[in-house]
Parts: sequence; structure tokens; C-alpha cells
Amino acid sequence: MTTTVRAGAADAGPALPSAGDYRALVRRRLLWLAAGVAAFLMLTVADIASGPSMLGIPDVVQALLSPSRASSMTRIIVFDIRLPVTCMAILVGMALGMAGAHMQTILGNPLASPYTLGFSAAAGFGAALVILTGLSLPFLPWLSIPLAAFAMCLVAGVVVYCFARMQGMSPEIMVLAGIATLFMFQAAQSLVQYLAAPEILQAIVFWLFGSLVRASWSNVPIVAAVVAISTVAVLPSLWQLTALRLGGARAAAIGVNVEALRIRIFVVVALLTSGAVAFVGTIGFVGLVAPHIARMTVGEDQRLLLPMAALAGADIMLAASVLSKVVSPGAIVPIGIVTAVIGVPFLFFLILRGQRRNW
Amino acid sequence: MTLGIETLTVRYGAARIIEDVSDTWQGGELTALIGCNGAGKSTFLRAVAGLLPSTGRVTLDGAAVRQEDRGAQIAYVPQDTGATSSLTVLEVVLLGRLRSLGLRVPSGLIDEAAAALDLFGLARLQTRRLDEISGGQRQLVYLIQALFRAPRVLLLDEPTSALDLRHQLLVLEKLKEVTAATGTVIALALHDLNLAAQFADRLIALHDGRIRASGPAEEVLTAGNLNAMYGVEADIVRLPPARLQVMPIRAPAR
Repeated sequence: MTTTVRAGAADAGPALPSAGDYRALVRRRLLWLAAGVAAFLMLTVADIASGPSMLGIPDVVQALLSPSRASSMTRIIVFDIRLPVTCMAILVGMALGMAGAHMQTILGNPLASPYTLGFSAAAGFGAALVILTGLSLPFLPWLSIPLAAFAMCLVAGVVVYCFARMQGMSPEIMVLAGIATLFMFQAAQSLVQYLAAPEILQAIVFWLFGSLVRASWSNVPIVAAVVAISTVAVLPSLWQLTALRLGGARAAAIGVNVEALRIRIFVVVALLTSGAVAFVGTIGFVGLVAPHIARMTVGEDQRLLLPMAALAGADIMLAASVLSKVVSPGAIVPIGIVTAVIGVPFLFFLILRGQRRNW
Repeated sequence: MTLGIETLTVRYGAARIIEDVSDTWQGGELTALIGCNGAGKSTFLRAVAGLLPSTGRVTLDGAAVRQEDRGAQIAYVPQDTGATSSLTVLEVVLLGRLRSLGLRVPSGLIDEAAAALDLFGLARLQTRRLDEISGGQRQLVYLIQALFRAPRVLLLDEPTSALDLRHQLLVLEKLKEVTAATGTVIALALHDLNLAAQFADRLIALHDGRIRASGPAEEVLTAGNLNAMYGVEADIVRLPPARLQVMPIRAPAR
């Protein structure tokens, strides 16, 4: 004998909302983006105004909007001294913010940063080697150290790429290859420092701290070009990158060529990081923290996440630049130290808040 | 729509996980893959979807589809329902139309995604993050994403494994409805033999990477097949009007 228990037909569900909730969420995210732009404008003016010769905010605004009405002294301070440094802070912040967001996406790891794959150690080694040996380009001596740092970053990129490519560019292999590369270049960097005379060692250490004082109108356009090329290169892949946040298997299942995407973004990260590190040295935590701020405010849609990560990176760099000038009047603390001092507490905050909450 | 599979073979190293499997799946009917753990169901589906290297041929309406081109025509929904992503539910569904998404997403597409969620009563979750909803709800969201893609072939790996009783029925009824209305080829791996018997028009019993039996439930779900595939003794009960129920009795030591 068979007894069958049959449940009744299901009740109709509640009244149905439209896509209005999602549209409201997008509007809130756009407001965050606007807030990021507002902070960016204020910090830009504050950065130009701060320094050994303090300028008034109205003077800076007037000099920027109508240079002909500003005094010649103000024009020189703003355009020849401060603006290159501010532009470099903005561009490096944008580069590190975007590179960090890319790294966290392609590695599927919230703790990934542009330096996870050993790029900063490689850049440090390149710079240290040139400082130690005194090698100089014949007609462009100012470009010797940045070029060496940039070249070594790319070497690190090629090493990691070659190893990871053999295993299908899986995130695990990329991280392992990156850690190995990091240790290799750190050891090489230590060897150069060990061999250096005291005054050379001081120059190497100052470079490694990271500083914006090396910014000039000669090198700002180079970093700007790197940021522009890297931005344009990822524009067609924004939704593929968004899909990758579902994991490699699911992204592949909806038609993303995951391996090709990881390779393309890896090259972009190498370019962004090399461009940023080459002229200002190692600047920590911006590439780690900026993507988290972006994710907390505008979510994972890369059309908003990447601009917000770039904005957050620029805002952190500008704030750190202002702090580095006002914390010790008359002296400029290396910005790499300031970003680390700001970044570490923020990292602790993220950990306390729950690792997965915004990941 | 007809999906043809010809001598499909998948190897992991020297081991053959799927061996010379040939079959034909028709649109308009629901095909269920059954078999014990490790029988090769997931591997088989992934290979057909072009997500694993394989030998043999896959054809759509008689025309061969290369492995790298299958992603455009065949949607595959993996079994895993874990999530570390904070994408919103509506964004996940939108990703089903990846090829239609650009810098600006058409407003109509967003409305369509909300309507797709609504089919399973999930429209209210549209702004919830994927890592905030339950595993069962995530499984539904991934299924909705696949349906939203409107593929020619839909392959699902254990699509009801995390669902409650009501949603199991809803999902399988919806899949039957879709294949009947659109002719989409739909094949799904299922562990629940009773659900397979109730909803699938055709069952494929995989064992050790080969097809042991295929056809209607009454031909495949026999005591002999179940004993050979699962190592269990089971009664097959026929319920009026034409239903069949598997009642496992014991799993003798082998």
C-alpha cells in the first residue's frame, strides 16, 4: 500500500517591485562618486596651497582659474613648483588605485595590491643598482633611475608571467610566482645596499621611501600617458572584469575567456605600477586600500569601481601629500611613510569590520 | 534544436573520465543525467559546454561547434553556490547578457533582468549582495542568470541541490516550460532520482564515464541498474497515473 502526502498549491508571492530599487542604488553610488570628485577638488587646492610658503586658498583658486591675475610669485609657486608635485600625486594615486583594483579582481584576493607580484621590490632594485653604479643615460640623466626602476618592474612582470602562463594563469600560481619574485628582488636590493657606501646608501634609502619631490613637468606627462593608455586598454573589458568577481569558473561559464583576460589585465597592472613607482619610489597601501574604499561605496560594477578606485587613490595621495608638508613645518616627510601611517590603521579597521563584508 | 555528442572523451592525465560517449539531446524535452558521485556527470557537462579539453564532436542541428565557440551558444551553470562577491543580485542576472553590456546599460535590459528575477519571486532581492543571501537563493540567481541569457543549450549541474521543496518544483517546472516553449536543449545533472523520474522526459545513467542506460525513467530506473550504479538495493514503485518512485532499501557492503 502506498500513502501519498500532497502539499497544497503555493500561495502567490507579495506585490512585485520593479527595477526601481536597483536604479535608486545606482543613484546613491553616483552620489559617492560625486563626493569623491568634490574631495578630489578640495584636496587638490589644499595640496597646492600647502608647503614652506603657505598660499591662501583664494590665491590658489585665482591662480588656477585666471593665471594672468595672480602675482608672478604666486604663479611661479603654483605652476612651476607645486602643480607638478600635485599632478604627480594625483596620477600615482590613480595608477595605484586602479592597479590595486585590477589585482584584487584577477587574483580574487582582497589582500592583493600592485606590489603583490614583486613589482615594487624590482623597481627598488633597479633604482638602487643605478644609484650604486652611477650609470647615467647620455642625454637624459634625470631619466636614468626611473628608467631602471621601470625596466626592472617589467622584468619582474615577465618572470611572473612566464611562470604563471605555464599553469593557465591561475591566481594561486600568480601569487606564488609573485612572492618568489618579490623575495628574489628584495635579496638583490639588500645586496646592493650592503655593497653601497654610506652616502650612496642614504640616497638609495631615500628613493625607497617614496617621495613626490622628484616630480617635474618632464616626468608628469609620462605618467599621465601610462595612466591614459592603461585606462583605455581596460574599457572594453569592464563587464568581463565584473563577471570575474563571480570566480573564474562562473565567468568562463558565461562566456569570458578568463585566461586571456587575466593576461591582458596583468600587463596593464605591470604598466601602471611601473609608471607609478619609477618616478616616486615605493608608495605602500594606496593600491591596497583605495579599491576597498571604492568597493564599500560604489560596489563591484567595474564601470563605477575603477573610477572610484582611481579617485580614492588620488584622494589618499593628495591627503598624504598635504600631511607630509604640514606635519613637520619646513621639511617634507617622504610620502611613502605617510601613506603607510594612514594605511595601516585603515587596514586594521577593515580586518575588524570583517574580511568578507566588503569583498 | 538538437545537440549531438559524438565519441566525446575527457582525460585527466592518463585517466579517462569520460570515454567515447555519444548521444543526442532534443530541445522540447528535459534530459536528466544521473549517476553516483564520481560517475563523470559534471565533467561530461563541462566538456559538452567547451569548458574542458576533450576529443570528439559536439554539433548543434547537425553543424559542428568548435570547443572555443561553444560558450556563445551553450550556457553552463556550475554546481558550486559559494560566493565571495558583493555584486548585487540584479547585476549577476545582467551578466547573463554579457555580450549586450557596454558602458551604458539599456534601461530596458535592467527591467528585463528585474522581470526575470520576478519569475522566481526574487525581484525584492535585486539590490542584495550575492554574499548576503542564502545558498539556495544564490543557486536560483545563477539559474535565472542562465535563463536570462536565452541560450540555445542550457546545461545545469545539480540545479536543485540547495533548494527547498517548493523551489525544487518551481525550478523544474520552469525548465520544462522553457524547453517546451522555446525548444532550448536543457540537460541537468540530478542526484534526486525521484525528481528526475517526475520531471525528466529522458534519463541518461552515467557509470564510470560511460552511458550505462538511457531512455524514459521506467527503462533506466530499474533495480538492476541502481544496484550496478549505486551499489544499493531499491524498490521501484509505480504510482498512478504514470509516476515512478525509487525507494532505497539498503546499501550492502561491497
